[in-house]
Amino acid sequence: MALHSLDILRRSATTTAAPQARSPMEVAKLIDVSICIGCKACQVACSEWNELREEVGSCVGVYDNPTDLSAQAWTVMRFNEVEENGKLEWLIRKDGCMHCADPGCLKACPSPGAIIQYKNGIVDFHEENCIGCGYCVTGCPFNVPRISKDDGKAYKCSLCSDRVAVGQEPACVKTCPTGAIQFGSKEDMIDVAETRVADLKKRGYDNAGLYNPEGVGGTHVMYVLHHADKPELYNGLPSKPSISALVHLWKGFTKPLAMLSLGAIAIGSLFHYVTKGPNEVSKEIENEIEKEDA
Amino acid sequence: MIRDPKDIKRYNASERANHWVVGMSFILLALSGLAFFHPAFFPLTQFFGGPVWARILHPFVGVLMAVSFLSIFLRFKHLNVVTPADVDWLKKAKNMVDGNDHDMPEQGKYNGGQKVMFWALAGCMLAMTLSGLLIWRAYFHFDVTLVRLGAVVHAAAGAAMIGFIMVHVYAAIWVKGTIRAMWYGTVTRAWAKQHHRGWYRQITGK
Repeated sequence: MALHSLDILRRSATTTAAPQARSPMEVAKLIDVSICIGCKACQVACSEWNELREEVGSCVGVYDNPTDLSAQAWTVMRFNEVEENGKLEWLIRKDGCMHCADPGCLKACPSPGAIIQYKNGIVDFHEENCIGCGYCVTGCPFNVPRISKDDGKAYKCSLCSDRVAVGQEPACVKTCPTGAIQFGSKEDMIDVAETRVADLKKRGYDNAGLYNPEGVGGTHVMYVLHHADKPELYNGLPSKPSISALVHLWKGFTKPLAMLSLGAIAIGSLFHYVTKGPNEVSKEIENEIEKEDA
Repeated sequence: MIRDPKDIKRYNASERANHWVVGMSFILLALSGLAFFHPAFFPLTQFFGGPVWARILHPFVGVLMAVSFLSIFLRFKHLNVVTPADVDWLKKAKNMVDGNDHDMPEQGKYNGGQKVMFWALAGCMLAMTLSGLLIWRAYFHFDVTLVRLGAVVHAAAGAAMIGFIMVHVYAAIWVKGTIRAMWYGTVTRAWAKQHHRGWYRQITGK
């Protein structure tokens, strides 16, 4: 097996178990929205480290640039102006893959090994196995993966799995000048978040809290939010994300059921033929026709 | 080539060609579709030059099937109107499957079972086409809820359609003297008299 830090927990479109012996610790990235100043250094670090270059684009009247995630922009800052408690608040959220413990993209992916979930919690796209169907986009509860117009492959934040594999933090964490992005074991990050939340509550943010949604089994990218009761304020961050019931229906028990039914029709037909015999024209009718001709 | 000049013409060349365009596109779609349906079938993508090609080609073959199916649908729909005699036939179909077709009510060009198959396939084809467009990401961008619904409908209708076609193919194998109608267009008079007596009378005037 390869690096211990890259031990695989789950692999897309694979019905047998991944190697179970080793149990590396889960990691997490904690983004403290209340400390973020929106400088976009993380965006730059991401494009530097991953050698991505989104087109420069133009100003659309707000600070968002690029205006959306893409194959060349795996993280973008989302700027929202909201009024809370009679005050204008400028909420800035670093958007990107949440690295769900129960990833909808991986559940939906039909290509073996195109999406990998490492035991440390990172959900990684292996584009060499990607067939470009876009099922990951259909499965994701956070609208994160993007299909490249150039090569038809799906891309998203890898949580710098290459850096993490050799004991480094993701590029965005390394560069963040205010310490708004931290990285460590998931347990530690929850501890850090609790301290921050307690501090925010003392400062009057009664609804401050950690965003680590249960609906997707928790995430390996978590947010400290000043308004954890209203995550939608942060550019529509879903308050109760989960894999859609339609995706469960599509990828759940219905598949083996359909396979069994089709197999039953095939085998049933064969046994019908050998037990009942073919349906041939009766001798009686053949004789009638022969008599007509005579 | 005429085997027996008294054989009865069941399908003309254009109808047969149309049927086989639908048939071939169905086979290609079923093989590539099953590959995306379940990992156990993923190796089937090798028939299409690999998984990426299978993903690229599948929807285009789907368009071909939708168009050629529409053509065959328009040709045969008036012959597939379900009548009370068909309902009667369907009620007795169990006896026929059990191996006794002596008491079956007289049938026209198509029996009740064939008519049900015709409408079931037409319904599946419509569902496949519409849901297929919803999930064709290379060219269409619909709201994600619609795409999810499309994915469910496409998988369900696809599985159902494969099941119906297996029954369709088996019926043609089971009822001897049937397949030649789709190869070279004719059936024997005895075959027509036994299986589609109403149609036999209409053609021969007997």
